[in-house]
Amino acid sequence: MNRPIRRVAFVAMLMFALLLANGTYMTLFRTESLAAEPQNRRVRDAEFAQDRGAILAAGKTEIATTGPADDRFRYQRSYPAGSLYAPVTGFYSYDHGSTGVESTYNSQLAGTADALFVRRLIDLATNRAPRGASVQTTIVPAMQEAAAQALGDQKGAVVALDPKTGAVLALVTSPTYDPNDVASHDIEAAGEAYDRLAGRENRPLANRAAREIYPPGSTFKLVTAAAALADGQEPSSKVDSPDELILPGTRTVLPNSTSCGGTSITLTQALKVSCNTAFANLGLELGQDKLREQAQAFGFDQRHLADLNGVASRFPDDLDDAQLALSSIGQFDVAASPLQMAMVTAGIANDGVVMDPYLVSMVQAPDLNPLSTHEPTVLSEAMTPENAQKLQAMMVETVASGTGGNGAIAGVEVGGKTGTAQSDPSRKPFAWFTSFAPAEDPRVAVAVVVEDADIPREDIAGGRVAAPIARAVMEAGL
Amino acid sequence: MSTPAPITVVPRKRRTTELALMAFALGIGLAAYAIVDLNVLGAVSPRFPVVAAVSGVLVVVAHLAVRWRLPYADPVLLPCVVLLNGLGLTMIHRIDLINDPPLAGARQQLIWTVIGVALFVAVVVLLRDHRPLQGYTYTIGLAGVVLLLLPLLPGLGVEKFGARIWIQVGSYSFQPAEAAKVLLSIAFASYLVEKRDVLALAGWRLLGLDLPRARDLGPILLMWLVSLAVLVSQRDLGTSLLFFGLFVMMLYVATERAGWPVLGTLLFAGGAYLGYQLFGHVRVRVGAWLDPFSDYDAYYQVINAQFGMAWGGLLGTGLGEGRPGLTPLARSDFIAAALGEELGMTGLMAIILVYALVVARGLRTALQCREPFGKLLAAGLAFAFALQVFTIIGGVTRLLPLTGLTTPFMSQGGSSLVCNWIVVALLLVVSHQARKPVATVTPLDPDAETTQLVRAPASVGGPA
Repeated sequence: MNRPIRRVAFVAMLMFALLLANGTYMTLFRTESLAAEPQNRRVRDAEFAQDRGAILAAGKTEIATTGPADDRFRYQRSYPAGSLYAPVTGFYSYDHGSTGVESTYNSQLAGTADALFVRRLIDLATNRAPRGASVQTTIVPAMQEAAAQALGDQKGAVVALDPKTGAVLALVTSPTYDPNDVASHDIEAAGEAYDRLAGRENRPLANRAAREIYPPGSTFKLVTAAAALADGQEPSSKVDSPDELILPGTRTVLPNSTSCGGTSITLTQALKVSCNTAFANLGLELGQDKLREQAQAFGFDQRHLADLNGVASRFPDDLDDAQLALSSIGQFDVAASPLQMAMVTAGIANDGVVMDPYLVSMVQAPDLNPLSTHEPTVLSEAMTPENAQKLQAMMVETVASGTGGNGAIAGVEVGGKTGTAQSDPSRKPFAWFTSFAPAEDPRVAVAVVVEDADIPREDIAGGRVAAPIARAVMEAGL
Repeated sequence: MSTPAPITVVPRKRRTTELALMAFALGIGLAAYAIVDLNVLGAVSPRFPVVAAVSGVLVVVAHLAVRWRLPYADPVLLPCVVLLNGLGLTMIHRIDLINDPPLAGARQQLIWTVIGVALFVAVVVLLRDHRPLQGYTYTIGLAGVVLLLLPLLPGLGVEKFGARIWIQVGSYSFQPAEAAKVLLSIAFASYLVEKRDVLALAGWRLLGLDLPRARDLGPILLMWLVSLAVLVSQRDLGTSLLFFGLFVMMLYVATERAGWPVLGTLLFAGGAYLGYQLFGHVRVRVGAWLDPFSDYDAYYQVINAQFGMAWGGLLGTGLGEGRPGLTPLARSDFIAAALGEELGMTGLMAIILVYALVVARGLRTALQCREPFGKLLAAGLAFAFALQVFTIIGGVTRLLPLTGLTTPFMSQGGSSLVCNWIVVALLLVVSHQARKPVATVTPLDPDAETTQLVRAPASVGGPA
């Protein structure tokens, strides 16, 4: 009987070997993904009980901070300015995860990032409570306040960029929420607050500035104009601008919402009055490849601002001529985030060079040593400097004596472009305005969108609603 | 090469070594208990001296019983068991402290340990030799089956966690399947030894397998079918698997025919497939095993056990510093996860190795034993122990789908603890009989305690 017993012993040995191998596998390969699971309460509680680093706006304004709490977590996250910086910081909640910078810089803020490893060891050895790193953003409080105030209760978003660096100076979305409600340690109240926000029809938790895309309408004519200039046309080149254009291959009539001032006008004039038929003709002349190339050079079809998990804007593929004509004026399936339109304007203002937008300029260890800093990087050269300067002049003209008059600031040369877009006839249109200032040395580029604006469906109307908001932000930034 | 002259090896008794090992194991357990108190309460609780005194007495009593009645028994088994029992108690105590006010689970478990050790001593003192058990094959077998059936009786059986495997008498509940495991192991072993020749020789071949005559196999097959049917109706798949594995393994060892494990594996695969098709709770277990995160609420238990062990990592959070309370059933089915969390994967692996040591010693006893009943009994008990550890720890660490077995000596629960103490007593009895010098050997010198008595071979040969 010894032979079968030996074999049974072998099987038993195999079973124990399997248990040990599985334990090894688990420790080596499963630990990390298990710790990253959002439902993992052990990790969540430990993080919640951390002295989390602050999130700062320019000028060391604390927009998210951690104070002592008299409960089992010991620390309470709070947002001193309430809802003002919510689209930037996001929220940090117990049951509903985190969003915004709270989410994308979680490991640095919590102090669990690899870069903080040595510091954690020192804290352990010196028996000091570990602290998280602080995150410095590029948001300028004055501009953020101006943008939020100007947008008010209207549904929409504002993005302001520094054209030379790509730094995000203001980022507002409305309606918004107070992250303090969701970060509360009264878990039940926080959960109710979250459910209330998540269930609301106007989606206050959505980040309309970087994570939503809208039909850009006439603001997209800037891209078409840039493509035309790149194709060798001049601001003074003549374009056909009939009162109506029958879309090729269809019986649909594309009308002008304004009088274009003649049936053959200059490019400058076309932009100034936002002439639909002229830009539709331009688009048909250029072809979809050149238009798409130009749009992509400005950053379309690519995700930006990873700091907030920004989404990609879209220029559609495989267009027929009718669709191409509509796309040239920012209709059909063209869709852009306010961030993307701000990037277009910033690229034009920065002599054709589009800078990669960023929100976080520095991560600072608790002892104030920088752990990482962001150097401005070039995203693409969308235009030649000469063409960019021509387009700048055309935009200045649009504000000075065209549809963009509401964006003008006394004593400062402003370049801009209005837009009114409708995604579907039953919805109220979107009002757009994008601009830069000052024209001779641009320091701010802004894009504003107002959803469901209560305005007539004509082009200049967009400027009436959105342009004053852009103006307020630029004024705060100059 | 000529065969060497016969050698009689008289194993050293090693009783004092055993005592030292037991003191060491007890020390680990008590130190762990004190660390839990220090980490959770900030001071050693006033109960600690009581716990220390009771477990100290238990260790001494168990040791003296073995020293008196089974001087040649294996010296490693008992210390391993003391260590496992001690760590189990500590972990239950630790989980008790999560509640405010603390629960009394550890006290309960200590009482069961006392009962377990008492029965251990009783078996050691009263039984001393396992061979007389062979005379009661059918009585023991019947008792095992009746025990299995008990929970099905209305008024006596209670259903917990979806399995009807408990009986309730007053405020005490008992899992009779645990006792049935011991009884049926004995019955299987004795029956198979009696019939091994007919089982192995008489019969017919089918598909390359030697099958015995139906009338030889009838009673045992019937017993097996009864126990399996009972277990399926009680919905306790873990024990079902355990009995099946035990039965097939013993059949194989008794007949030495490889056809049995092959047939058994096929039968098992078929049964597992049917179970998967027929029972919703089997599908839940398999689903939780394959992809626990596909349904967080349904697989909550398994997921939280994983979280616990991941939180513990390699070295653990330290006793009292983890959060085993977040895992449901942390003190019973999932105690391995709680240990993995606070002692780390390192600690859990050490515990697995201690289990492996128990199994290895049991199988070694089977190899050493000179008569078939003892061989089969020891091998069966050791293998069942191994299978149980493999199934439950494998289930908790997601090596296998989870089945509701107890973790021997550690999970909270009296029936399992008491029965496993009896299993160890039986293994010690067999090992004493196996290792004790045969009667024909001349009585040992007084210094046999410390020296191996080896009759030197007449000629010293080269390497074999």
